[in-house]
Amino acid sequence: MHEVGITQSMLDIAQEHARAQGSTRILSLTMEIGQLSGVVPEAIRFCFEACARGTPAQGAQLIIDEIPALAKCRQCGGEHRPEIMSFACPACGAFALELLRGEELRLKELEVE
Amino acid sequence: MCIDCGCPGGEQHSHHHHDHPGHAHEAPAGQKRTLSVEQDILAKNDGLAANNRALFARHGLLTLNLVSSPGSGKTSILERTLRDLAGELGFAVLEGDQQTTNDARRIAATGAPVHQINTGAGCHLDAHMVAHGVEHFDLRTTDVLMIENVGNLVCPASFDLGEDLKVAVLSVTEGEDKPLKYPYMFRAARLMLLNKIDLLPHLRFDVARCREAALQVNPNMEILELSCQSGEGMAAWYDWLREQVAAKNSAKEN
Repeated sequence: MHEVGITQSMLDIAQEHARAQGSTRILSLTMEIGQLSGVVPEAIRFCFEACARGTPAQGAQLIIDEIPALAKCRQCGGEHRPEIMSFACPACGAFALELLRGEELRLKELEVE
Repeated sequence: MCIDCGCPGGEQHSHHHHDHPGHAHEAPAGQKRTLSVEQDILAKNDGLAANNRALFARHGLLTLNLVSSPGSGKTSILERTLRDLAGELGFAVLEGDQQTTNDARRIAATGAPVHQINTGAGCHLDAHMVAHGVEHFDLRTTDVLMIENVGNLVCPASFDLGEDLKVAVLSVTEGEDKPLKYPYMFRAARLMLLNKIDLLPHLRFDVARCREAALQVNPNMEILELSCQSGEGMAAWYDWLREQVAAKNSAKEN
């Protein structure tokens, strides 16, 4: 359950930004989670409510943009959308896939008042 | 007060929910605004890890983050390594477990400096725990810092501790497809130690398939087969360690 720590880190970042802008309440948080980031969006949603309790983000809406993975094979040059973490190219079989997208774990924006 | 992380000091403290009163300017109430943040959520840990890495580099330390499932033999490999290389290399060991100081006691019996970190409910070590953990060591006399992470093939993969590289331990009593089942960890590791090979005659474990599974998730993985019980293969692991330390020393001199 490293999602608890990740959710708390996200709330720390959100509160720092909100505070710097003089805001006392966070209405929504938008985050990006890559399909191969190793973080489960459902688990983040599960933790969020509990972690946000007693903070300026209590009751805020959590919006999660899930980013599908995209990889390119260094051997045959083909682009693929891997569903799982594997470097085997589905086209040529070489262990040469390079991940271009899908490992994101970012807080994108906040809505505050 | 800790300068790097701003925590109040002491051990086993949490980094969350700090209060920073007094430096906000109140905006008119009820005014809705959207703030662009675009920040990596692990940035705080990564920043602390970068501080650790800089500290270790100043001392020319080789730092290894040992990761595996519980029971693969991380502590046993360390015990034997520390005994066999005592007098040749200066080691310090950080032990991570949810509870108990059992592993630290085993390491202490080898004579090496050791500090136990108990994560409580936590499933991994983070850079902050390591930053305070190494305060217990004299880094000037240390060549190699071994960080034995919590036995867990999932969570420690995401948390940079400031190490030079991760070493994944897999034992032949586990499944040979484990790298495919837990790809994040095996992808994050540079070296895989395949432990307990003295048991191979009693098991149906296909070493070639295991190697292929590891390479499939990490094409650059180095793999060493060994048994810390029989000692087979340990010499190659020690040579690997010596090479890494030599590379560190030459980097420090330049």
